[in-house]
Parts: sequence; C-alpha cells; structure tokens
Amino acid sequence: MEEKPQGCARVTGAVLGSPPSEDTPQTPPEVARKEERMSARVGQKAPDFNAPAYYRGSFKNVQLSDYLGKWILLCFYPGDFTFV
Amino acid sequence: MSAVADKYSELQALGVEVFSCSVDSHFVHKMWNDHELSKMVEGGIPFHMLSDQAGNIGRAYGVYDEAQGIELRGRFIIDPDGVIQAMEVLTPPVGRRIAESVRQVQAFQLVRASKGTEATPAGWMPGQPVLRPGPDLVGNVWKVWKPNE
Repeated sequence: MEEKPQGCARVTGAVLGSPPSEDTPQTPPEVARKEERMSARVGQKAPDFNAPAYYRGSFKNVQLSDYLGKWILLCFYPGDFTFV
Repeated sequence: MSAVADKYSELQALGVEVFSCSVDSHFVHKMWNDHELSKMVEGGIPFHMLSDQAGNIGRAYGVYDEAQGIELRGRFIIDPDGVIQAMEVLTPPVGRRIAESVRQVQAFQLVRASKGTEATPAGWMPGQPVLRPGPDLVGNVWKVWKPNE
C-alpha cells in the first residue's frame, strides 16, 4: 500500500508464496508448470500477489493478503482503452 | 471498468474492496482514468487499478491468454478468509453484469453469517426466503420454493 518512487523499470504484478520450484527430473516440467498456472479454484485459497497500482491520483503497491478480513471483488479485463 | 465504478458505493456499503487488473502499466491506467473513465465516472475510478504486465497474476488465476497476451474478463469473489467463493470468466467481446456480482456477494455474505446453516436458492434476491438444508428439507423444497416465484 505504500507509495513508492517511480522508476523506469518495467514493474509488474507477481504471485507470492512458494516460488516456482526448479524442475526436478522426476516431474515433467510441462505438467508442473500447468498446475501452477491454474491454481485458482472456488473453495480454495486465492493466489496471493503483489502488484503496482494506480489509485486516486497516486501509484501504490497492493498485496492481496493485506486485505484479509475484507470481501474482495477482483476483475481482470483485456486492456485499457478497450470498448466493452 | 466504469460499470464497476458505478456500483462502487454499493459494493463499499457491503464491505467489498475492488481491484481491477490488466496487463497495462499503472501509468497507462492513469492515462485511461484521466482521459476517458473520469468522463464517465464522477471523480474517476475510485478503486485500485492493478498492473500485471508480465501476466503473472493472470496466469495464477487462469485468465491469462498466452496467444493474445491479454487477460480475459475474469471476475473473482474472495471472502474475508482469502478463499475464492465465485468466479466467472468471459471472452473479451461480452461485458459483465456487475449487479449480478453484487447479488452473489450478498448471497455469500448471508451464508457466511448463518455459519453455513442457510443457503440461497436459484435466482435468490436479498429479502427473499432462504433454504435451511437439513433432514426436513429433503424432498420438501417444493413446499418452500418454486422456480417461477
């Protein structure tokens, strides 16, 4: 939530928690990665993340787990300046 | 996003925090807000607009389209314990109906407040009767609820 100085680096959202594990010889890497990708399911914990955000005139950092105790509506959309 | 902003005060009254997320930078979010959205929504977008340029969050939620490099219209309701209670994903050309998200939040809040003793039937709207699942309700739903009422 803190306001950070804005550099020119290409900052992006990141998923928190266990970092992507190195592929072990036993597990086919394709399968391992696919499971990691599709971890959002109803009845399961929402993947935690940290992301830069624009909020009422300033730039903030949002971490989902900071909002435990509140209901969250998280809406993804294809892109800014699209029509729908 | 202006449609979500339009319902923001209603969502806030229900204790809901809103986050929007796309692969645009937070700088572009600012431009979109300043140059377009603020003309549709009084005061501009009132909630956090997240930037996920690498698609990491979208991938974790299963809404990142690798071929197009965009995020699909995924909508997630997350409860106070951090558990996903509802999700809906649309392809880009069809927009959401935010009123339905509001209704679902109200239904999940009712179920949570009842500690799971109550459930909402299909089409339930706030104020309408709820179901109390138990031995007495088995085979007797028709007595307390009809699909066309």
